[in-house]
Amino acid sequence: MSREWKIKSILILVFLVVMINAGVQLYNHRHYMEPIVAGPGVTKVAKLSDYCEGLKGTAADTNVFFLEGKEEGGKALLICSTHSNEPAAALTAFIFVENAIIDKGTLIVIPRFNNSGSRTTRAGDGYPLYFEIPTQWGNKKFRMGNRGASPLDQWPDPDVYVHYPEKQLLSYLDIRNTNRTWPGRADGPLMEKVTYAAMQIMREEKVDIAIDLHGAETMFPVTNCIVAPDKSMKIATMASLTVKAKEGFENHVEPSPRNFHGLSHREIGDYSDTMPFLMEAPEPFLDQPTGPKTVDLLLEGKDPFLLSLSKKKMLFVPYDESGWPMEKRVGQHCSVPLEVFRQFSKRNPDRAIEVKNVPHYAEVVENGIGYYYHDPAKADKSQIYYE
Amino acid sequence: MNLIMLLYYAISIYLIGMLIWNFSIEKKSINDMFLYLIVIVPFVLRVLRIN
Repeated sequence: MSREWKIKSILILVFLVVMINAGVQLYNHRHYMEPIVAGPGVTKVAKLSDYCEGLKGTAADTNVFFLEGKEEGGKALLICSTHSNEPAAALTAFIFVENAIIDKGTLIVIPRFNNSGSRTTRAGDGYPLYFEIPTQWGNKKFRMGNRGASPLDQWPDPDVYVHYPEKQLLSYLDIRNTNRTWPGRADGPLMEKVTYAAMQIMREEKVDIAIDLHGAETMFPVTNCIVAPDKSMKIATMASLTVKAKEGFENHVEPSPRNFHGLSHREIGDYSDTMPFLMEAPEPFLDQPTGPKTVDLLLEGKDPFLLSLSKKKMLFVPYDESGWPMEKRVGQHCSVPLEVFRQFSKRNPDRAIEVKNVPHYAEVVENGIGYYYHDPAKADKSQIYYE
Repeated sequence: MNLIMLLYYAISIYLIGMLIWNFSIEKKSINDMFLYLIVIVPFVLRVLRIN
């Protein structure tokens, strides 16, 4: 063998080791399934493709859990994992699906709304592929996803994303972002089909309230808040004031901008009778000037650089050595929707939505998130679904 | 998978072919050989539908 081919052989070997090692991890992440135990409140499990034929057989299809009360009332839709790098939303969805009992009305929960996004990663930022939540029966493992859908499911991106139907020019990346593709269309790109299917749920099921759960940077002003358009503003304001008074945490209200299109809190209200709310919990992991993007940073929210910035008053949330742990974020995501349901029910008693057996902020902070997850190994197999 | 997506996969396969060809005819520069292989990685992962 010549010297040239000896060198080439070594290089090819290194190439194969790197590619196979990375490829196996990425393949396993894309195909990892999270078990969810349908709780006593779940009465029906549908698929998003039941509302948009074009999603059938794609990685964008996902479970839609219906929790119907004995008494008729209003209907609420909880949209979680719009951005899969904001995992407090999915963790909250698992708590609702595994525990909630509905006395009146119907609650619809989509734990992995951008299912494709939850099966990809942001390798350039060194995101972890998984994280684990401790429970009483062991650790429960979740996928850590990315903000947009996987390019394996929707590719290529255009130079500029022209929003449908408003024709506003948006960033090319936003064509894979399910918080820019509302209200969507049945024959559009895959992520527009996802949001179209959710709009169809709201139209066909006559949903009164839609809540989209998110996480946001501590350096971004729209954080730790409820974003609401005019039609949802009264309820959002009352919910914000009530959780502050009764539960002791800050959650201010931000108005939905009228001329910024594609967002759930804008288009759901404009293209249906449903009242939209978008909830942001602070997520230090998303901030740019942090240390490495580790699982500890994701779960604890402790970072020395953010602490330094906090002392210079450059953050939009209170921040100290205790960080911003996942329990606080999930606790807020449990309490604020429950308060929104309560405020809506007070104003619309004939369309009331009464949800019980879901923990409030203080309970989640005290007991931990895993306390509310059920062991799939001990559950009836017919009650286990995979996300 | 729509037509444009299929075309992009075809372009990726073409680029993999070109990079392998350049790698095979490179005689002297180890640096260039190494770079050809690094550049191939994302194309191969995409064509194999891994990432």
